[in-house]
Amino acid sequence: MLSEVVWRIGGEQGQGLDPTSDVFATVCNRMGYWVYAYKTFSSRIKGGHTDFTVRVSQERRASPAPRVHLLVAMDQESIDLLAKDLVEDGILLADSGFKPQAPAGVTMITADLTAMARELGNPVYRNMIAVGASAQVLGIPLEPFKEYVQEKFGRKGEAVVQGNWAALERGAEIARQQLGDRGFRLGKPDGKSDRLLLTGNEAMTLGALAAGCRAVFAYPITPASEVLETAAKIFPRYGGVAVQMEDELAALGAVIGAGFAGARAMTCTSGPGISLMQELMGLAGMTEIPCVIIDTQRAGPSTGMPTKHEQSDLLALIHGGHGEAPRIVLAPGTGEQAFYDAALAFNLADNYHCPVIIASDLGLALWQQTVEPLDVSKIVIDRGPIVDQAELEHIGRDGFERYADSETGVSPRSLPGMRNGQYLATGAEHGRTGKVTENPANRVRMMDRRARKLQRLQLNGQDIPGLLYNGPAAPEVLLISFGSTFGAVEEGAGILRSEGMSVGLCQMRVLNPLPAEDLTHLVTSARQTIVIENNSTGQLAYLMRANRVPYENVRSLLKYDGTLFRGDEVAARVREMVGAAPAARV
Amino acid sequence: MATATYTPADYKTPEESWWCPGCGDFGVLAALQKALYELTLPPENVAIVAGIGCSGKIGNYINSYNVHVTHGRTMPVALGLKLANRELTVIAAGGDGDGYAIGMGHFMHALRRNADITYIVMDNQIYGLTKGQTSPTSAHGFETKSTPAGNIEHNVRPLQLAIAGGATFVAQGFSSNQKQLVEILKAAIRHKGFSLVNTQSPCVTFNKVNTYAWFKQKLVDIEKLDGYDPTSRIAALKLLAEHDELVTGIVYQEAQPTFEEQLPGFRQQGIVNQDWTIPPAEFQRVLATFR
Repeated sequence: MLSEVVWRIGGEQGQGLDPTSDVFATVCNRMGYWVYAYKTFSSRIKGGHTDFTVRVSQERRASPAPRVHLLVAMDQESIDLLAKDLVEDGILLADSGFKPQAPAGVTMITADLTAMARELGNPVYRNMIAVGASAQVLGIPLEPFKEYVQEKFGRKGEAVVQGNWAALERGAEIARQQLGDRGFRLGKPDGKSDRLLLTGNEAMTLGALAAGCRAVFAYPITPASEVLETAAKIFPRYGGVAVQMEDELAALGAVIGAGFAGARAMTCTSGPGISLMQELMGLAGMTEIPCVIIDTQRAGPSTGMPTKHEQSDLLALIHGGHGEAPRIVLAPGTGEQAFYDAALAFNLADNYHCPVIIASDLGLALWQQTVEPLDVSKIVIDRGPIVDQAELEHIGRDGFERYADSETGVSPRSLPGMRNGQYLATGAEHGRTGKVTENPANRVRMMDRRARKLQRLQLNGQDIPGLLYNGPAAPEVLLISFGSTFGAVEEGAGILRSEGMSVGLCQMRVLNPLPAEDLTHLVTSARQTIVIENNSTGQLAYLMRANRVPYENVRSLLKYDGTLFRGDEVAARVREMVGAAPAARV
Repeated sequence: MATATYTPADYKTPEESWWCPGCGDFGVLAALQKALYELTLPPENVAIVAGIGCSGKIGNYINSYNVHVTHGRTMPVALGLKLANRELTVIAAGGDGDGYAIGMGHFMHALRRNADITYIVMDNQIYGLTKGQTSPTSAHGFETKSTPAGNIEHNVRPLQLAIAGGATFVAQGFSSNQKQLVEILKAAIRHKGFSLVNTQSPCVTFNKVNTYAWFKQKLVDIEKLDGYDPTSRIAALKLLAEHDELVTGIVYQEAQPTFEEQLPGFRQQGIVNQDWTIPPAEFQRVLATFR
């Protein structure tokens, strides 16, 4: 019995591999397995190699798999590229139509999938035959697939259901005939079948909706567009809008306009859009208009590698643009965190009156993962300080001080429509009422007040945790990571711990303001610290040092080739680094 | 609802103006304040989005909700504002540089969207606040600090661009013709959809060519033309081409559904005034589609 099986299908882009992968991932998730599904793709619409991988496990896995149990190949290129990833007794399933050549020692099942599908009445059954064969090879029962077919195609009529069922059975039969008893046996799932299968982009859009966001303004960009698309599908049901703007400046401009009016609005983009939005982020900082920005980081700079993963926007998110104004940067690493962080972002924006950026990344945004049931009742809409109408009546015309002094740095705002609340929100430096002034004393007071907002991140008197830690109080090695990298680091830590290494696991949850005190405590408690990130300069490690976190025993483990870390890779590289580490200081 | 009565002073802020004496923008400001007053719009229900440049100061002097944004971005900010609360009267204002140079991309898309926004451009054919460089509406040959040998580019023709871009209301006013400008602005604000009001607003400091006297001599009042039909796109384009856009009055107007009216599921009540809570059972139904 295996605790995990890995399935991969390879072929050309545009061959319809995604629906096949989708069926496989969806059904396994519904059975109660933990699923993590990802693909390799390039920036073109048709042609070019693509492959989809689905990890099916008895426990949570949220990083790419080291090896594959079953490879379904729709062309020879997929075999040439991917057969090397098969486990020792891995199996290759290939369409005989392209006369597949298997590498020596690899067990191959072949069938003329296209011809069989035609026999069954429709060439589209080809993919379902592959799914049936896959289930058989991996030791997953066919019944849940049949139930899924019934649910999905039931309204298309009995013939379609029967056709798909026959295709599933045909596939299973081919595998049985050619393999006999060989194949894999996946252990039973833990029985929880109420979990969701979500990408980070979907999770964030849903979290935003739950938090009252009713407007998404965005410009299409890989790998963030799905936020706009998901909102376009769902938001109108709740009176909301999703508008494709003419560029990223327009996108953030519209979010700021909506925020000024008092709505909860957001935009989603990637690095190139973040670069374009910098000036407007400054405007939001200066005018203190709440706004939420999702940055789905990809390999930069410039066009970089649009379909490849990276975590290299940290400094741009925190310090980009001219001048100095506070921004809050959150870092979700799992599907659940993506959902709740999106909601948190709106509450923080309304309470801190500044841009709140969700530092997502391609790995989190695009890859499907099993997510525990989401509890919308945990999401409370907290509008933050808004002056009340009675007070405005009392103050009278021209008396409202939108930018009044305050201990926390945040002053109550008025919303258009509120009588006597009229004020000027300007990107030019201004006094308490919003009136423009370049008075030096006022300038210092305003700069200090805005900066003061980020002294402490709290909602309703409760601190927002800046990081999560799991492990011994004084670990041998402390591993620090953020974003989707956390999935691989958590898996790697599991491997190292099983070998007896004392590992502490720290996931950054807020990148700005950086929880420097907590980090200092962790770093000084550990014998050595490794900061793991997908960029070439160690931006998180840099931020830690800039925030006066002791750095003598801190090293960086970096990867910037466009691919995500794997768990086994993290374990191997940490093992190497620990082995090569100088003797611990006394 | 109780009917509030307003005085002209209700549309003014205590802030002292900062424009040069004689600036055309005074006329636009006064006309806009008068138009708001005559339309009896509650000041708190008016939101003005102003751009960068001398003209961008207009919001400072009007008692309304004002956002003074980054250079060239009035259009998207106004759209977001309007969609967040469609119950508000949303007015964008800025100069020729803000709208037709750095903001040109947004301008074209605002035209084709037709959201219910009024856009007032205070056009003076010069960059005044940066002290005298060429503008997109500067004529060919115009000498400025940045074009000492004369402008070798041709000027933008905003009114024809607007009509070609799908505008449903296009007008031009002259800041010293208050009576007409007030009527144009009232019609523009009342118009359901996007309205462009280009105003000739002379810069008395840096533009010694396009002066009040020059405009008085050149501008043709559309109302004085016999049989002009502002609902005809062809007639409008012909008029503008014949007079090199030196006309005042409502050039073109047509009734088209607004952006807001066409948004699927969009409600009459402003988003900000709606209840945002989604009952948990309903939300679970949304989540169930992600299984």
